[in-house]
Amino acid sequence: MESKRVETVSARVDAAAAVSSTDSVEDELELSAVRHRPEGLEQLEAQTRFSRKELQILYRGFKNECPSGVVNEDTFKDIYAQFFPQGDASTYAHFLFNAFDTDHNGSVSFEDFVMGLSILLRGTVQEKLIWAFNLYDINKDGYITKEEMLDIMKAIYDMMGKCTYPVLKEETPRQHVEVFFQKMDKNKDGVVTIDEFIDCCQNDENIMRSMHLFENVL
Amino acid sequence: MAAGVAAWLPFARAAAIGWMPVANLPMPVAPAEKNKRQDELIVLNVSGRRFQTWRNTLDRYPDTLLGSSEKEFFYNEDTKEYFFDRDPDVFRSVLNFYRTGKLHYPRYECISSYDEELAFFGIVPEIIGDCCYEEYKDRKRENAERLMDDQEDNKDAKLPNMTFRETMWRAFENPHTSTMALVFYYVTGFFIAVSVITNVVETVPCGTVPNQKEVPCGERYTVAFFCMDTACVMIFTVEYLMRLYAAPNRYRFMRSVMSIIDVVAILPYYIGLVMTDNEDVSGAFVTLRVFRVFRIFKFSRHSQGLRILGYTLKSCASELGFLLFSLTMAIIIFATVMFYAEKGSSSSKFTSIPASFWYTIVTMTTLGYGDMVPKTIAGKIFGSICSLSGVLVIALPVPVIVSNFSRIYHQNQRADKRRAQKMQKARLARIRLSKTGSSSAFLHSKRNGLFNEVLELTQLPYKMNLSNQGNTEEEKRLSKSTSLIESQHHHLLHCLEKTTNHEFVDEQYYQQSYLEAGLQNYPSRSPSLSSQEGVTGTCCTRRSKKRHSPLPNASAPAHMQPLTHTHTHQQGLQELSAIHIQPLSTSRSSLNMRIDEPAPLNCQSSQITTAIISIPTPPVTTPEGDAHLPAGPAHQNIVKVSAL
Repeated sequence: MESKRVETVSARVDAAAAVSSTDSVEDELELSAVRHRPEGLEQLEAQTRFSRKELQILYRGFKNECPSGVVNEDTFKDIYAQFFPQGDASTYAHFLFNAFDTDHNGSVSFEDFVMGLSILLRGTVQEKLIWAFNLYDINKDGYITKEEMLDIMKAIYDMMGKCTYPVLKEETPRQHVEVFFQKMDKNKDGVVTIDEFIDCCQNDENIMRSMHLFENVL
Repeated sequence: MAAGVAAWLPFARAAAIGWMPVANLPMPVAPAEKNKRQDELIVLNVSGRRFQTWRNTLDRYPDTLLGSSEKEFFYNEDTKEYFFDRDPDVFRSVLNFYRTGKLHYPRYECISSYDEELAFFGIVPEIIGDCCYEEYKDRKRENAERLMDDQEDNKDAKLPNMTFRETMWRAFENPHTSTMALVFYYVTGFFIAVSVITNVVETVPCGTVPNQKEVPCGERYTVAFFCMDTACVMIFTVEYLMRLYAAPNRYRFMRSVMSIIDVVAILPYYIGLVMTDNEDVSGAFVTLRVFRVFRIFKFSRHSQGLRILGYTLKSCASELGFLLFSLTMAIIIFATVMFYAEKGSSSSKFTSIPASFWYTIVTMTTLGYGDMVPKTIAGKIFGSICSLSGVLVIALPVPVIVSNFSRIYHQNQRADKRRAQKMQKARLARIRLSKTGSSSAFLHSKRNGLFNEVLELTQLPYKMNLSNQGNTEEEKRLSKSTSLIESQHHHLLHCLEKTTNHEFVDEQYYQQSYLEAGLQNYPSRSPSLSSQEGVTGTCCTRRSKKRHSPLPNASAPAHMQPLTHTHTHQQGLQELSAIHIQPLSTSRSSLNMRIDEPAPLNCQSSQITTAIISIPTPPVTTPEGDAHLPAGPAHQNIVKVSAL
């Protein structure tokens, strides 16, 4: 679906090497400066639910932070960590990164980014719930196990940091997971499938309401 | 928050949807964007040069001039632009700071003008990026030193209440402070010179007594020279005694180099006075006279250069020592070789190896007196090798001393840098503070903005998309203190709090609560935590009946009651600290046992926890009053269980 035009500067390096002799170290550095240009504005407009102006604003912010056009996981973690100064957001950012990196190539391009945002901000509740399910399902096998949920929960609690009130205890995430499973796992088979998940969320008023929380973000 | 990161706030907020399904509490209301205008270009006219940027770019740093409403003061209605009558070159750096989040210091810019511009635009210089920070600090330090030098002249100004002794000491140390000091300075200098010249001239042969060989002047005009010497020594003695009297720390003064030189300079005279009659030690007396030449070192008080040279040599001592050692090795080697080479030749001056040392030294230093020359061919060959290697070896000391000199010079720099490092730590602390400022800003706004939010909630039904008209008043109150980005960020942190059912607190409160968690609490009106196991750390929520671990039997009093939303605001804003209930199965003895144990308490054994009391004035309030149990008559079943 996506046609990435990855433009390495190897061609430039070769030309430059013909003219002048550069170190092998410099070659490596230049080759690694991969630049990525996203597809055209029209295509993105068609694929996402953002307007032209919104895409422009999004891209400007994206490009400012990642001039190379792609976000790798470390940058992603850094950016996300800035919003949660008190805790450690790296684990959750890792899961988030995997959720955005739909083609699993280790980097989030602008298309991935905008697709994800389109679902989260402009998608239907169903789509949002599916996205959330994908976030929780770490190994993407269609089931959320308790271990996966525990990892996610710990990641979320890590973001709180140490100085919380009441004091965070070791088994708070585990208990939270228990509560979650009690609510979601209808047939008590120890895993939550996507249907169970969506069903349960749709029946929960709180969750439904909170799904609409960020609609006017952009 | 950093500049570019503010652009990612929408992403972070969108990603918060991932928390929603696991949250058990309802989420707080999102701050609505007041008259959300499209991102527009604004024109900044700085002394004629027009800069254009997006309004959002400037909004990234709301605590600067351009990011806040302060720039409205500079708005020019006629031309629809913001006019600043400042330096456009420096403004480039300022504007780039907004664009990239990094502040750079241009090297060609004068440091004080740059500082002024930064101060005008409300930017803290500590944010200067690491690439330019060293340069900036160096220049600033130079400038400060220059200012300090100007001030130092004033420093010598006479303090009002200095004792006579202090005045004298100041006069000795800084001759230019008063006329008397200057006179004294020159007089002593003159007499040092006189004394040195006397010593020199003493030995010059001046004229012959007819029937004797030439006599040195010293012996011819003994009385005159003796008088001169006496006069000089008297002056020096008086000076030394005066310095000794005036010194603030006499013991330290006596140990200082200069005073030792002074003593050595005058001592021979007195010893000579004492020993004049004894002929046996007159030889030693003559030797003592040699020490009079040390008077010349008294000039070092008068010359800064001498002092620096002395200090250099002193600090070069180890290098020079090593140099001397290697030279000695070379000398010994060549001397041995020359000795054995010249052993065969007749009438050779190289009688022994120590005798050859002299030849080696003279040859290696390229002096070549010629009093000892090799005669054999082998001797000549080795002699030439010796002189060639000597040239190389002599070239060694010069860079050593030069490098030592530069090392001493840089040591001074390093002392300054160490001072700067302390400021660097302070700088990092300030940057860290500004970063944690975002979290403390959140806590702060929690405490301040909460009434507004609660009123919002209570007045309107619990809807996410609040109508504009409904919440303009609250918005105004809210947005008074925080910018939109900040309020959105705070809302995000709120959502996280709701998801995990814990709150952010600051370090101090955390410590306090952690400590209190170890102690059993008393039924006083103070917040305390239960440290025990069992229940997750917060009070009940509206609908989270599932959260609590097995409620105690009915005999154990405290248990949560689900509240309705409307109930809350009847009670006003009250908060209950964590309530934890455990089956009250332990006996009184175990209760007593528990008291002694400090935090953290283990979870395994069943314990008593104490219920917390509601607080009328919440120290840390949460936006959702409904999430917490209000204390009040409606909740008799909340029992203050004392652990005692």
